[in-house]
Amino acid sequence: MKKQIKQFFNIAKPSFIAIAIGLFMGFLVMLAFNPAQSIPAFIQLLLGGLNQGSTGIGNTLYGAAPIILTGLAVAFAFKTGLFNIGASGQMMIGAYVSIHIGVLWDLPAGIHVFVALLGGIFGGVLWGLVIGLLKALRNVNEVVTSIMMNYIAANLLIILIKNNIYNTDAARSKSILETAILPSLGLFPNSTANIGFGIALLVAILTHILVHKTTLGFELRATGFSKDAAMYAGMNTKKNITVSFAIAGGFAGLAGSVAYLVAGKTISIAYTIFVEGFDGISVALLGLGEPIGALFAGLFLSHLRQGGFYMQIYGFVPQVVDIIVSVIIYVSAISAVIPKLLKLFKKKKSEVQS
Amino acid sequence: MTLIYQLIQETYVPATVLLMVALGGMFAERSGVTNIALEGIMILGGFVGIGTLALIEGLGIPPQLLLIIVMLVSALFGALYSMLHAYASIQLKANQIISATALNLFAPAFAIYVARLIQGGGSQISFVTRFRIPEVPLLSQIPIIGELFFTRVFLSFYIVILLFFIARYILNKTQFGLRINAMGENPQAADALGVNIYKYRFIAVMISGALAGMGGTIFVISSSTEYAATVAGFGFLAIALLIFGNWKPTYVLFGALFFGFLRILGSSYSVIPVLRDLDLDREFYVMLPYVFTLIILAFFSKNSRAPKALGQVYDQGKR
Repeated sequence: MKKQIKQFFNIAKPSFIAIAIGLFMGFLVMLAFNPAQSIPAFIQLLLGGLNQGSTGIGNTLYGAAPIILTGLAVAFAFKTGLFNIGASGQMMIGAYVSIHIGVLWDLPAGIHVFVALLGGIFGGVLWGLVIGLLKALRNVNEVVTSIMMNYIAANLLIILIKNNIYNTDAARSKSILETAILPSLGLFPNSTANIGFGIALLVAILTHILVHKTTLGFELRATGFSKDAAMYAGMNTKKNITVSFAIAGGFAGLAGSVAYLVAGKTISIAYTIFVEGFDGISVALLGLGEPIGALFAGLFLSHLRQGGFYMQIYGFVPQVVDIIVSVIIYVSAISAVIPKLLKLFKKKKSEVQS
Repeated sequence: MTLIYQLIQETYVPATVLLMVALGGMFAERSGVTNIALEGIMILGGFVGIGTLALIEGLGIPPQLLLIIVMLVSALFGALYSMLHAYASIQLKANQIISATALNLFAPAFAIYVARLIQGGGSQISFVTRFRIPEVPLLSQIPIIGELFFTRVFLSFYIVILLFFIARYILNKTQFGLRINAMGENPQAADALGVNIYKYRFIAVMISGALAGMGGTIFVISSSTEYAATVAGFGFLAIALLIFGNWKPTYVLFGALFFGFLRILGSSYSVIPVLRDLDLDREFYVMLPYVFTLIILAFFSKNSRAPKALGQVYDQGKR
């Protein structure tokens, strides 16, 4: 057990260093523009969801669910060597299908919310499938396709809402029926926490098993590691690429369901691209591309976002969180050098001592 | 007829930005470095450019000179910012997609943060100078050509045409350009001939940064009256354009005009009688350029030939 903890620490060490550097840079940016308020604001940021007791923790879990799922969407495609920057688009379509079912279909309680969740997954799968098929059959760069699909989804979302489930007075989608609302988690009073986090947790664990313990997972990883070698070993790499993107899309679609099958939540017809999809990229990278890593990274990012929200009373904008996350990602991108730097540092230290 | 001229003149506006950024991206990609940070570099370049503009536009500098100054400033900062990507992906051998993602994430957050704190309120930066040239003296009087090239035009349009010829010349005719091409195809061979891969790739990425920075400023100046920390995905579109244009300047030029035309349909479909009668949602036209990009890529990608070493880290030890 002790050995395992040590092993975990060794894997996670570069991430912790990256997080420390990111937080430090964020603090410097805050210090540079408003020295007087920066320290209390930074403490507020670090406390994150803990600021408000159980309500805050509940809200952290609520915010973590969709970004864990989009994080899985990115991390899963990563395993097959594909960069899924299109989680936003897949999530938007998933959210739409869920809301569509939630508003228009009349189903008994219990079944309704379940069907709406399935619908969200289906929407995401469909959107991911397009990217996967274009990559597998026509060799179209998936990064570019993903981005195009994001913009198409953002516009399609507005068209679909306007034509099907439009609440003209609010310029938003109609509210979903009571039967389609995800049940509350119950553990944290006065918070928005629903079973969405439970779903995300379950999916993360299942994804871990799928990736590391099944034949499909092995084939997907083999395709990601070396497409040619996988093909030589008799694997159908085209199928693997398509399947990988379809599953990834399903995760992102589910993120849309989890985020929008909530009482009182509707989609505006103002043009946006869901930020949760981009958060998913950060979550996947912070989590070192592992499903379980995405789980922790999603919680961490949601925690920081809560902190960023409370920090506003000191006059700082929540964008500080994005600055910190971008620094963390940049540092982890160059993390291969961190151990070398540490070694160099230690060497110099020992040289000084001797 | 006036309508057709107007549509063509409007097409130049997005096409100018796309071509400029894509030309920059061409240097980076031909040298073997993917630069999906173009979007973020545009956002940061635009921020510095428009910020500078807001600061100095009251000084009474003539608009066209002002435009050149602002473009140079944003080019400088774009190049500086791109060095972060170059340093990580060339020197430190980081994953090029990941380091570029970090740049894309940082730029809008930083722009909004600084703008809010300096202005103490809104995150938009507005400016009052208008840069469109209604008519170029004398030249605009030439029939047809005058309407096509010298009426209601931005100075940046001429600059990008100039840059297009310079870029084509450099990439195809000079030692520098040929070396860049060589290291995008086979860096080991280029290295064996004594070409410093790291240095050339660094320069190539900086060129892409400078042009993307300028592109960000031009995007805001020619399509809006305020900076809002977004460039509507033009950085990504520019990369799509490179694939579509097979990394060749001339094809990219035509691609830019084509995309530019699709792009303006979203804002001008209501003045085109045929389209107005179709009675479709505005979003349908906004969506068109992206849909067409997909369709075209689906047809062209099979035969497109990307630089062989694109996206691969060059490690001298593996030679």
